[in-house]
Amino acid sequence: MAITIKFFASLREQVGKSEVQIELSRFKFFKEKLKPRTDSLTVGEVWAQVCDNSPLPIHILMAVNKEYSKQDTRVQDGDEVAFFPPVTGG
Amino acid sequence: MKVEITSKIFNPWEELQTYEKTLIAQGKYGAVATFVGTMRDYNEGDIVQAMFLEHYPGMTEKYLQTLSETALQRWDIFETLIIHRIGEIKPGETIVLVATWAGHRVPAFEACRFLIDELKSRAPFWKQETLSNGVRWLDQ
Repeated sequence: MAITIKFFASLREQVGKSEVQIELSRFKFFKEKLKPRTDSLTVGEVWAQVCDNSPLPIHILMAVNKEYSKQDTRVQDGDEVAFFPPVTGG
Repeated sequence: MKVEITSKIFNPWEELQTYEKTLIAQGKYGAVATFVGTMRDYNEGDIVQAMFLEHYPGMTEKYLQTLSETALQRWDIFETLIIHRIGEIKPGETIVLVATWAGHRVPAFEACRFLIDELKSRAPFWKQETLSNGVRWLDQ
């Protein structure tokens, strides 16, 4: 199992990818033992891993399994995490 | 309750009539409130030639369904309808249709306004405009 991470709209163009999959065991936090191993990590930690520790811009919105989440929402193996800019529908 | 995301051009008035005929009995409702959003050929002082609307498949539908359920619980209304375009859109084409059916005008108006306001502020859609000198996202 892995975590699927998706990016949308202008953020996808900035990050340069629409989707990545990462095995939970391959997260740096676990490999480098900077953090005790747990079965989950937070959305903010997922961003840091995928975007080379760049700070998460304040206007960026987040979702876990297609529902709005926060930076400290916990992510489990098999979850889908999404990052996207402010919405402009209607 | 119906939520539809479509990449095809649609006529909001025909959709309204079709939905009303198939689902809501004549005489049951006394008020229908509608909002129709149409693409302009100008924005922020520029001429806009076309627009591309992106969404988050799965999340957008789920969000709009939850929103419709909330409206149905919060107001005394019978039915809700939301149709939203995605993909390439030209000026003059309908982007969104929101409609509510109720016994009286107040809940119909209020629920319709709630649906379009929440859709605009929280539903995962993103617009990219095509101008004469390139494209721009409106999400910056």
